[in-house]
Amino acid sequence: MSWMEMNLPYLLAGISVGGQYALIAIGYTMVYGILRLINFAHGDIFMVAGLLVVYSTTIMPIYVAIPLMIVLTVLLGFVVERVAYKPLRSAPRMSIMISAIGVSYLLQNLALYVTGGLSQQYPAIPWISDTIQVFGATTKRVTVITPILTIVLVALLVLLIRYTKIGMAMRAASKDFETSQLMGIKINSVISTTFIIGSFLAAIGSLLFFTNYTGVTPTVGAMPGLKAFVAAVFGGIGSIPGAVIGAFIIGICENIIKGLGWTTFSDAFTFALLIVILLVKPTGLFGEKATDKV
Amino acid sequence: MSDILEVKNLNVSYGGIKAVKDISFSVPKGQVVTLIGANGAGKSSTLRSIVSLVRPESGSILWEGAEIAGLPTDQIVSRGITLVPEGRRVFSDLSVAENLKIGAYMRKDALDEDLKWVYDLFPRLKERSWQLAGTLSGGEQQMLAIGRALMSRPKLIMMDEPSLGLAPIIVKGVFDIIREIHKQGVTILLIEQNANMALKAADIGYVMETGRITMTGSGAELLENDEVKAAYLGKAKEK
Repeated sequence: MSWMEMNLPYLLAGISVGGQYALIAIGYTMVYGILRLINFAHGDIFMVAGLLVVYSTTIMPIYVAIPLMIVLTVLLGFVVERVAYKPLRSAPRMSIMISAIGVSYLLQNLALYVTGGLSQQYPAIPWISDTIQVFGATTKRVTVITPILTIVLVALLVLLIRYTKIGMAMRAASKDFETSQLMGIKINSVISTTFIIGSFLAAIGSLLFFTNYTGVTPTVGAMPGLKAFVAAVFGGIGSIPGAVIGAFIIGICENIIKGLGWTTFSDAFTFALLIVILLVKPTGLFGEKATDKV
Repeated sequence: MSDILEVKNLNVSYGGIKAVKDISFSVPKGQVVTLIGANGAGKSSTLRSIVSLVRPESGSILWEGAEIAGLPTDQIVSRGITLVPEGRRVFSDLSVAENLKIGAYMRKDALDEDLKWVYDLFPRLKERSWQLAGTLSGGEQQMLAIGRALMSRPKLIMMDEPSLGLAPIIVKGVFDIIREIHKQGVTILLIEQNANMALKAADIGYVMETGRITMTGSGAELLENDEVKAAYLGKAKEK
């Protein structure tokens, strides 16, 4: 067997995991871009999306459960912002960050209460869970779908931000709240839209993620959440293309490391990368220069 | 002439510090009104409280007869008031054309005519419409900030120190534009440290000192006033 054939499954897995991280990372980076807030609850929203599918599929067919899950996840993201962040709009940034940590624990503990702490079996989703052959490597169809879907969604998002009115408002608000308000922009709608988009992508990400990792536990959001966050920092927080590229790089590197037989170190690699970036290039690959307005 | 904007007993404070103390003034429709005064006199705070960027502590702000004090900024802006903020505050990552379009954010009708109007007023902006606003010079950014404000088709345009940090020749250009906009029927409330230019352009002037209005008169009257001359125009009092 050639080297390529040996490593192809890992590369495919890496691209797929990278796509999942990317979908989560966009939520972090967009919220940071507009509110300068690290939304610690984002990984937990991703976890809740997983649980929603687990429970809803017991009472309804999967083709109803999935759209319902997406709607409820988006709603959750929207409500979290309105309840936990909006009242703190003019508070110091630290307060809103602590509020985000609070929401994170709240969601985890609610999930603990509901699940009893047991890992819940994620249902196999037909078609995307099927096994297929790619260049001689055996894998699930989701592995191939993830990067394609990610790129399509990101492209749509970039078009939305560049060419629509709400996209223009988002770009303006991310630079200057006050002047945006003077333009008649409803800042709260813009922020809500950001959370809605972020949660929507996290919902899609969770669908793809749990098709590969079938157990949903209350803390399952923490690790992919953190990795996606590292990806967002790596790419330059606030930058959408940066987050996507960062996510793919991290996903691929992790899986290649696994392929080399150092599975234990794959997580360590990601966080070591975080430290190195923060030391060497704190603004990330595509981050804006940290110029505070005078 | 009817007053389009009437401010009565307005108070604004930041924490315990009173920035605006019980001021009242009015802006008649179609005129240029200026508030002059030194740094920290409360001029900016007055304008910012009119558009609710700071909440007035007490007092009333009547716009076309209706109370607007404390309404959300977007609602106030949608009624036809706009503020050109101090320091221009153009969106540096948006192109010049986008900056103008975002000025008309609330409007749903076609913008072609307004874009043409603004580009006629500021031909320089048309040449640079594709450029990012951050790459413009200070004077061009000021033009853009004014153009952006005009795109909302305001009835009242408030300007916070439009001449700040600009070369004298550019300042003259800014005031020419103010006169031109005024001629086209837009009411203007201007605050300036450049008292000389502001009073020359204004129909009515108010002098603000440490949060209070201390003098009122027509622009010409204030220009001739000895105290104003001494304090703001750099001319010694005649003995």
